[in-house]
Amino acid sequence: MARTVTYQQAINEALAQEMERDETVVIMGEDVAGGLGTDGERDAWGGPLGITKGLYGKFGDRVMDTPITESAFIGAAVGAATSGLRPVAELMFIDFMGVCFDQIFNQAAKFRYMFGGKAETPVVIRTMYGAGLRAAAQHSQCLYPVFTHIPGLKVVTPATPYDAKGLLIQSIRDNDPVIFCEHKALYTLEGDVPEEPYALPFGEANIVREGDDVSIVTLGRMVHVANEAAAALAGDGIECEVVDLRTTSPMDEDTILETVENTGRLVVLDESHPRCNMATDIAAMVCEKAFDSLKGPIKQVTAPHTPVPFADTLEDLYIPDAAAVQKAVKAVMESSK
Amino acid sequence: MSEGIRPICMPKWGLSMKEGKVAGWLVDEGESLTPGDEVIDIETEKISSAVEAADAGVLRRCVAQEGDVLPVGGLLGIVADESVADADIEAFVTDFQANFVPPEDDDDEDGPATETAEVAGRQIRYLTKGEGGVPVILIHGFGGDLNNWLFNHDALAAGRAVHALDLPGHGSSSKDVGDGSIGFFADVVTGFADALEIEQAHLVGHSMGGAIALAVARAAPAWVASLTLIGSAGLGGEIDGAYLEGFIAAERRKDLKPHVEKLFSDPALVTRQLVNDLLAFKRIDGVTAALGTVRDAFAPGGAQAEDLRAVAGTVPTLVIWGAGDQIIPASHAEGLGDGVDCTVLDGQGHMVQMEAAAEVNRLIDARVG
Amino acid sequence: MQLSKDQLLTAYRTMRTIREFEERLHVEFATGDIPGFVHLYAGEEASGVGVCMHLEDRDRIASTHRGHGHCIAKGCDVDGMMAEIYGRKDGLCAGKGGSMHIADLDKGMMGANGIVGGGPPLICGAGLAAKQLGTGGVAIAFVGDGGSNQGTTFESLNLASVWNLPCIFVVENNGYAESTSSKWSIACDDAADRASGFNMPGVVVDGHDFFAVYEAAGEAIRRAREGGGPSLLECKLNRYYGHFEGDAQTYRGPDEVKKLRESRDCLALFREKVTSAALVDGAELDAIDRDALSLIDGAVSKAKAAPPPGAADLLTDVYVSY
Repeated sequence: MARTVTYQQAINEALAQEMERDETVVIMGEDVAGGLGTDGERDAWGGPLGITKGLYGKFGDRVMDTPITESAFIGAAVGAATSGLRPVAELMFIDFMGVCFDQIFNQAAKFRYMFGGKAETPVVIRTMYGAGLRAAAQHSQCLYPVFTHIPGLKVVTPATPYDAKGLLIQSIRDNDPVIFCEHKALYTLEGDVPEEPYALPFGEANIVREGDDVSIVTLGRMVHVANEAAAALAGDGIECEVVDLRTTSPMDEDTILETVENTGRLVVLDESHPRCNMATDIAAMVCEKAFDSLKGPIKQVTAPHTPVPFADTLEDLYIPDAAAVQKAVKAVMESSK
Repeated sequence: MSEGIRPICMPKWGLSMKEGKVAGWLVDEGESLTPGDEVIDIETEKISSAVEAADAGVLRRCVAQEGDVLPVGGLLGIVADESVADADIEAFVTDFQANFVPPEDDDDEDGPATETAEVAGRQIRYLTKGEGGVPVILIHGFGGDLNNWLFNHDALAAGRAVHALDLPGHGSSSKDVGDGSIGFFADVVTGFADALEIEQAHLVGHSMGGAIALAVARAAPAWVASLTLIGSAGLGGEIDGAYLEGFIAAERRKDLKPHVEKLFSDPALVTRQLVNDLLAFKRIDGVTAALGTVRDAFAPGGAQAEDLRAVAGTVPTLVIWGAGDQIIPASHAEGLGDGVDCTVLDGQGHMVQMEAAAEVNRLIDARVG
Repeated sequence: MQLSKDQLLTAYRTMRTIREFEERLHVEFATGDIPGFVHLYAGEEASGVGVCMHLEDRDRIASTHRGHGHCIAKGCDVDGMMAEIYGRKDGLCAGKGGSMHIADLDKGMMGANGIVGGGPPLICGAGLAAKQLGTGGVAIAFVGDGGSNQGTTFESLNLASVWNLPCIFVVENNGYAESTSSKWSIACDDAADRASGFNMPGVVVDGHDFFAVYEAAGEAIRRAREGGGPSLLECKLNRYYGHFEGDAQTYRGPDEVKKLRESRDCLALFREKVTSAALVDGAELDAIDRDALSLIDGAVSKAKAAPPPGAADLLTDVYVSY
């Protein structure tokens, strides 16, 4: 039975249901319960934003607080995954990959290939990303392209509560390492989510709005920016098809090519930096595989090639907005007349 | 002032519908309408269908135009007698538009909400519309749910209570399907009726739901006021086993869509949202297994296991079929004998109650009185 | 800790197999037939074998770039290892890993590791899994003196202690991190001194002495199995070859290795000890020497004759499913 819950509740529910279903699922991370070793409340935090709140009460020692030691506990999650557990490690901010990346890309991502297909590493690394909370340069980045670049990793970027729950359950059941990227500005977003557990397959993009004039391919929080732009553009008689990638690795090339074949016009919207990101990747893929379908040049809408700024005036300029998308769509329409 | 003026409003098809788009008027301004005439085509993200005239009269005003998107309840057009003055109609429209408040996004309180009954330890979701009379129970088919009656439920509920349920393993009911047999589902329907203290009912079954209705009638003929069997199972051996197999196995949009298209005479009705909704159902833990169990009991090896032809006609029975049904052939409607009225609708498919809702509603309405 | 005669023979056989494996690789590498880098373990055998003699398949080890000895000590198939080092399809990792990535998870060997300090976090996870699943297993990371300086090692020592994991960190201090002396690169006297900062026992042993390693490792492993938490064991030892094959070792003294081979050979020390105590007859050890030689002869010829992986293998096994 579906009811309305937030993105944050959907994630918590997915974790709880999978821990209930499979006792090898464990959670580890900094303050995932909170209050360990203090005189105060145990389960004090549930992570800095309370995403895992309540799980310690239900599952006790399977919810493991760690010291601030990303290399060790991300590596431990990876090692445990090859030794019979299904750990869900919380890397608090995606920006912190800098202090544990070796364990992700040289260890977890490589085991299966490097060991000739004999290893399975069912680890999930949940991590929050994205700008919009005035968290500045070291707590706001969209680093999913970095993970997407690495063979052996799967990368998930849910845009809605429904997708967050279904994709997280799939991530936990998946036998490969998964980087599960949660946009911190979406945690309070509400949507219909079934109470029952369900798994959403990877590599199936979601067409969130149908239209015949321009395709907007996007992901994560930008799906909502694209929808906002598409609604405004519909008033001008331009019908946009909005495609949410849902996962960047694997990436649903078929759906991207189909929408481009349908509309002949493409805007790629990506909150990450403009070099070697999802926008460039998709634009290149479409140019290679569907060039003849294009009626005009592709437009990319991305953040600028700067660190994420702090001041609200600057950050608001930094994050791609609906106005930028509308401008790009109109430019694509204009150049393809 | 508004006497004799009847608005045609944007319908609410299914619990999640918030708005609809006018795909086109099927009747010109000034034409006369009889109840049941298809007046205007509406598209939603899930499904497209026509709004039927509820009242006799003249279509005096097409208020919404092709391409307009209106919230549920929004004013589409005006039906009134010839005698009503244009000025009165103008005033009615102005007044309606000034006072119309679209339903709040998450406010479902204005429409009927689904309820849950406990039957043999399982939670059974159902939706009741209308009241009084001998109630009707709508039983969907394999892989369906109560939304399969989207275009029938309201029409049938004028003057009687109509209950549509989600069978176990389907919709939002419990996913435990027991042995998955027709007999099991028949017991659930009987148990459901007991839970609602229904003393006698008209059973309307679609596809596998028809076989279930037949099984209920076999077990308790006196309890069944009438049977309406639509594209029904239980009346012959053939069934498209590849459909059942494909429906269960499909995990992605692309794989599922061609199977679902077989259900309809117009494959364009299979919108992306319809497919997404089916996938969302199939992805719930336990659903695929439940459907597999049902398939194995209901149609092992691609042929129906249960022959209930002898039951048809033991109570007043109406059989409706789409001539082009690709799942269960319309030939099963032939030779059913006395006490069975058969209507085979040309150009229709397996989901005839959705695609030819007006005709099907009229036939059922006439049958159940 | 009294070892049976069978155990003594097994220990010697394993050490001799490693030595033969490495000596032979030194020769074969020079012919150019072996691709990539190899880092030889010759001289360090007493450490890997002294530790792994205590272990079962449920116990896990994470190794280093100098991993052949750990693999053999943990029970990896020698033919499969040799084929892997030659880049063959029937190698232990199907020719996709090579010398630096030999693994056999069924044997509890979590992999040699091309990243210095890569292993310690992983064994925290293996130790956690053993604890959580109640297998009674322990997890052991081997690191060199270079790896002992990595942040991952410090973090893992801390985490293992905080979580009270059944983990043992074995620092194989062979005196050189690549070409840099451990006397210079390790700020304290012994890497084992660091254990006290993580509230765990830190023990230094002579890594040439199988019996010393065996005894100290046995104590740490017993403690870990009983829930007593992690330990750090530093084995002071020497490598007979360079950091990698082809290393001219200009950072070493002229007769350094020659003297080590004469005076600090773990195999010679072992032989002397067991024969002088009349625990084992020298002829039995000679037989093992011959067996090891023929085992490695066979492994090399099989590896040379084995087919390489083909184009069809390039794209497989990146994911379990994708």
